[in-house]
Amino acid sequence: MSDDPMTTPRAMRGRAPDVFHPGGWVPMKEYPQREPVDFVVIGTGAGGGPLIARLAERGYAVIGFDAGPYFRPLEDFASDETSQSQLFWTDERLVDGANPLRLGSNNSGRAVGGSTVHYAMVSLRFRPEWFKSRTLLGYGADWPLDWQEMWRYYAQAERDLAIAGPVSYPWGPKRPRYPYRAHEINGAAEVLARGAEAMGYQWAETPLATVSAPRGESPPCVYRGFCRVGCSTNAKQSQLVTYIPRALAAGAEIRDLAMVGRIAVDAAGRACGVHYHRNGAWHFQAARNVIVAGYAIETPRLLLNSATDRFPEGLANGSGLVGRYLMTQSNQAVYGVMDEIVRWNKGPPSLTITEHWNYEDRKDFHGGYCWMAQGPLPVEWSAALSGSRRLWGAALREKMGDYNHQVGLKMVGEMLPHFDNRVSLADETDRYGLPIARVTYSWHDNDKAMIQHALGEMQRSLELVGARDIWRQENDTNHLAGTARMGSDGKSSVVDADCRSWDIPNLWICDGSVFPTTGGVNPSLTITAIALRTADRICELHRAGDLRF
Amino acid sequence: MTDRDRYPGYDVLAKRHSLSWNDATRKAMDARLGVPREPRFLSQAEWATLVAICERIVPQPTSRPPVPLAGYIDQKLNDDARSGFRNAALPPQREAWKKGLAAFEAEARLRHDMSFHCLDGERQDELLRCAEAGRSDASAWDGMEASLFFSEHVMNDIIAAYYAHPTSWNEIGFGGPAGPRGYVRMRRNRRDPWEPVEAGSGDEARVRRENMRVR
Ligand SMILES: Cc1cc2nc3c(=O)[nH]c(=O)nc-3n(C[C@H](O)[C@H](O)[C@H](O)COP(=O)(O)OP(=O)(O)OC[C@H]3O[C@@H](n4cnc5c(N)ncnc54)[C@H](O)[C@@H]3O)c2cc1C
Ligand code: SF4
Repeated sequence: MSDDPMTTPRAMRGRAPDVFHPGGWVPMKEYPQREPVDFVVIGTGAGGGPLIARLAERGYAVIGFDAGPYFRPLEDFASDETSQSQLFWTDERLVDGANPLRLGSNNSGRAVGGSTVHYAMVSLRFRPEWFKSRTLLGYGADWPLDWQEMWRYYAQAERDLAIAGPVSYPWGPKRPRYPYRAHEINGAAEVLARGAEAMGYQWAETPLATVSAPRGESPPCVYRGFCRVGCSTNAKQSQLVTYIPRALAAGAEIRDLAMVGRIAVDAAGRACGVHYHRNGAWHFQAARNVIVAGYAIETPRLLLNSATDRFPEGLANGSGLVGRYLMTQSNQAVYGVMDEIVRWNKGPPSLTITEHWNYEDRKDFHGGYCWMAQGPLPVEWSAALSGSRRLWGAALREKMGDYNHQVGLKMVGEMLPHFDNRVSLADETDRYGLPIARVTYSWHDNDKAMIQHALGEMQRSLELVGARDIWRQENDTNHLAGTARMGSDGKSSVVDADCRSWDIPNLWICDGSVFPTTGGVNPSLTITAIALRTADRICELHRAGDLRF
Repeated sequence: MTDRDRYPGYDVLAKRHSLSWNDATRKAMDARLGVPREPRFLSQAEWATLVAICERIVPQPTSRPPVPLAGYIDQKLNDDARSGFRNAALPPQREAWKKGLAAFEAEARLRHDMSFHCLDGERQDELLRCAEAGRSDASAWDGMEASLFFSEHVMNDIIAAYYAHPTSWNEIGFGGPAGPRGYVRMRRNRRDPWEPVEAGSGDEARVRRENMRVR
């Protein structure tokens, strides 16, 4: 039988890959399709992974579905940007609007473990005020969550993922020590530190989800720098090597290469299972609860594609907001050349950070941003250079020659939620016959003002450290959020604080799409913290008799 | 074009059997180096236009075998390997490339009464720059936006193919594949022995000897 994870499911016949041992297997429980399981979770990434693990650990019968393959990082992952595009969601999606998003490698994973298999591991907490940004800061929308409660779940997520970070973190309220010591910084990260100091700003080693000392079967990070195309050593604490093995050990089943095309609803208007495509055919899995965790594009797409006579606008969409308020984060950068050799590709790409402008409110726009050091690999770097500077021909090859002297600072900035930035269904269909997503995005004045502010700051920082040939990458955006926002009532939001949909009591959404605002830091740790909270809340609701089984 | 060899003697493929490569990497690189040199998806005429465009987008020195760029584009089209998003104003990539190549050929005939691949480099560049700036002759483009095709496909696809090739890594001094060994010396001006040395003025011979030892 073929062992190509892209074409043949691996989690079958009572076993799943043991990601820590070449050729190894771990036992896996299997549930019959006809009998309803307690929970079906669609998506196994930053949100789905911890939910599957925590619910299974509490004794529930859980199946995690993922459209993507079940990789064995030690055997399957090459040190190669191009062939590792196997990690990305490469099925077609249409992009339009005034500033069409770039998807695929930029923000969309498809694998057991979701986008955490190829993410850059930056693991940050929100600034507390962002959970009430409407009330406290005058923009966006309030979350129905309390920051102090979130602080506890952040700590739990940091322990679960063995985050390596500094002894004391310069911004925000006190937090416990990071479980693992911070990583050594590279030449590119040192440039950020010197630049920040020259500006009078604080900087820190970036808290990262890759271990700085052995942990269980994970060896310490070896600084190979291919993190964004998959870690072949298992140092990276992705969901694939953390929560998913825990989930299996606790009795969960994982179905890889299983694309859910439709959530089924019974006569009473409750979710009753999912139709999914696996091994060349459609199947049905019955379930008492369905949790969608497919991220900000596939989640609304699935809800919209599941429309019925009773729910003609799609499931959980009484508010009409499914797919609305999509947010990306601004990811502009400033680059320059140093006289010394830097070799910025060594080590994880973002080893230092300054969150100065997340915690400083004296500015003429809403929202915050941070910036981090950079270390793109050649294909990614050539795309940034050629795309932004419109370089081709001999001029491009000449500039690419400076690769080992290059340094850069890249922002992660808060774009504000807008009703018209959205995911809807296109007329075209994919290989399963399902309508594909159309993603519409335009920047607004506040977004543009923040970007210009950040570009000016980052440029000044590079000038202060003596970089030359400085230029601005004006167009890049990255992480996604929104499209199924949480809130405190069913008119202005899709789910409540527990990620439970207002319309269908046994349909839940728990991933990046529940964010009402996106903050000025990378989103995964917040997604994971919310998922840990949701698992606890489900148990409490069950105990209180508010959950039917 | 003057080509300064910044990393003389460096060959990233010499690390093939070192701890910087694993089996998955060797397999991926074998596939990369074995790309077909003949079109499977495009017609011979389209292929000729594509080869000419690739030579202008990434001109290569004659002192070493060229990276067969057109082969990678044809392979991508043949496999229909997509990037995961498409500007709604463009057709799917296969159709876009076919239309785009036909448009460059039509423009060459219209303006110069010659095939695109027979034009001299300057004239080819001029047509490419027109497309880039959206100043092309719309009649040749059959409703497709030339500047969008230029940035999304001509630039993206060809440049990505070049910098995915070990030959380009030698040129820019990139360490190449790095697993499971990784790196040890992280700071500025520090070099692991399995990374190339950059030549300054006058020390090329010494650097070349050193780079021949990089494994
Ligand atoms: C290159 C890159 C770098 C990043 N770096 C960082 C970083 O450093 N720090 C950070 O915080 N964030 C980072 N991110 C973002 C982060 O990865 C995502 O925000 C996060 O993983 C989203 O979590 P999620 O659970 O919502 O979705 P995902 O983790 O994307 O998981 C969704 C999963 O659902 C599956 N799925 C979707 N629809 C279906 C369906 N219908 N049927 C079956 N399965 C389905 C998908 O295959 C996928 O595996 C990065 C992202 C990328 C791409
Ligand atoms: S640098 Fe560390 S985390 Fe990144 S791929 Fe290498 S070992 Fe994994």
